[in-house]
Amino acid sequence: MSEPLIRFRDVDFSYGPDRPVLCGCNFQLAAGQRVALVGPNGSGKTTLLHLVVGLLEPDAGRIEAFGQVRRSQHDFHEVRRRAGLLFQDADDQLFCPTVAEDVAFGPLNLGKPRGQIRRIVAETLDSLGLAGYEHRITYRLSGGEKRLVALAAVLAMQPDVLLLDEPASGLDERATDRLAEILAGLPQAMVVVSHDRGFLERTTAETLRLCDGRVETAA
Amino acid sequence: MIRHASPFAPVHARSAFVGRVDPRLRIVAAVALSVLVALADRFAVLGSALAVSVLGLALSGLPWRVVLRRLLPLNAVMLLLLLVLPLTSGGTPWGRLGPLEFSWEGLWLGVAIALKGNAIVLVLLALLGSVDATTLGHALSHLRVPDKLTHLLLFTVRYLDVLHREYLRLRAAMKVRGFRPRMNRHTYRTFGYLVGMLLVRSFDRSERIAAAMKCRGFRGRFYMLDHFVFSRRDVPFGLTSLAVLLVLALMEWT
Repeated sequence: MSEPLIRFRDVDFSYGPDRPVLCGCNFQLAAGQRVALVGPNGSGKTTLLHLVVGLLEPDAGRIEAFGQVRRSQHDFHEVRRRAGLLFQDADDQLFCPTVAEDVAFGPLNLGKPRGQIRRIVAETLDSLGLAGYEHRITYRLSGGEKRLVALAAVLAMQPDVLLLDEPASGLDERATDRLAEILAGLPQAMVVVSHDRGFLERTTAETLRLCDGRVETAA
Repeated sequence: MIRHASPFAPVHARSAFVGRVDPRLRIVAAVALSVLVALADRFAVLGSALAVSVLGLALSGLPWRVVLRRLLPLNAVMLLLLLVLPLTSGGTPWGRLGPLEFSWEGLWLGVAIALKGNAIVLVLLALLGSVDATTLGHALSHLRVPDKLTHLLLFTVRYLDVLHREYLRLRAAMKVRGFRPRMNRHTYRTFGYLVGMLLVRSFDRSERIAAAMKCRGFRGRFYMLDHFVFSRRDVPFGLTSLAVLLVLALMEWT
């Protein structure tokens, strides 16, 4: 097996002394691997995703991503480009007035030329069935549309790994079906956090369970 | 091009002459005219400015009812000034009511202020009333207004609705448990909690937004995707505005 894209080695993390979350957590994700991450509320699923992209810092242990150990915020700049995190609440992620600007935000930060960005925006929206949404106002979109635009914004960074935090929550059946279909067709390695078994079965190939601060392979 | 991307703007204002002019030019013209009116003292200038702003409003295609509704609070204040200033500023009296004496100077001062206020509000409405907040933010940023201010405007526009929905959810949660506002301590405390909760939630949300932005490579600088372009249509507007400004300035300072 090739070098994993992401690897946690004995990672500890707590939100203060009375709220330990991860404890000696080991976890890895290889290229093309599609993993469902399950566990009770508050077991640290979101925390784990935030640790991957350096939004949180571990108390102990080591986080390796894309072949390097990542410690400082500077190390994580590259990780954030290559690992796209989809937030639980799309309203947190879509802050630009129009869809096109929001999708372009990541590529603009990466300093890509404008012509190329316009192409990326058009292609990304098109691939998600959102062609023609460029000039829609983000906060007037429906919940399902917001989720897809947020996904487009993540995909526009052209990441190698997708970290999806409850991507199907709050969506109706049709929107969930559409999202599952899109995710199943994406080539990236992904970690999907969800409580929806049906959704996970359609989008992922294996299941990991977070339990007592550790990741276990679920039976 | 960003002009077609503004669904907030009234549709009928689009087809009008002013509605198609580059927003940057409109901002500059509106600010210049407002400053001039604020500085001017002569009634001829103030009257002309008011006439020009009414004309501009007619060209902008904004519905009169909207305009009148916006002028109402302003003119309520102006009426108050017209009543109070003749009493307080002293000078040549033109009438008296018991111990109260009304002066000409005060009356003219009140009229001048009312003219100025209305002219400025009408100019701003005529030129910027049909620009949606998003475009306004972008135009300001292209005019080199500090990034922090334009971001503040853009973020406010974006999250006002989210916060409003949060407020409505909290209010609904209060209502379904039988809360009805009254004049008592329970009500004050409850509203205190409501505002406090909104603040806490807004703060949390801002943290999450900042995190989401970081994840997409944000390092403290915004880049604009859209650019404005001057077009030939903007020339007549620009020249007309310049001419109006010059004439008014000459009337005032010669």
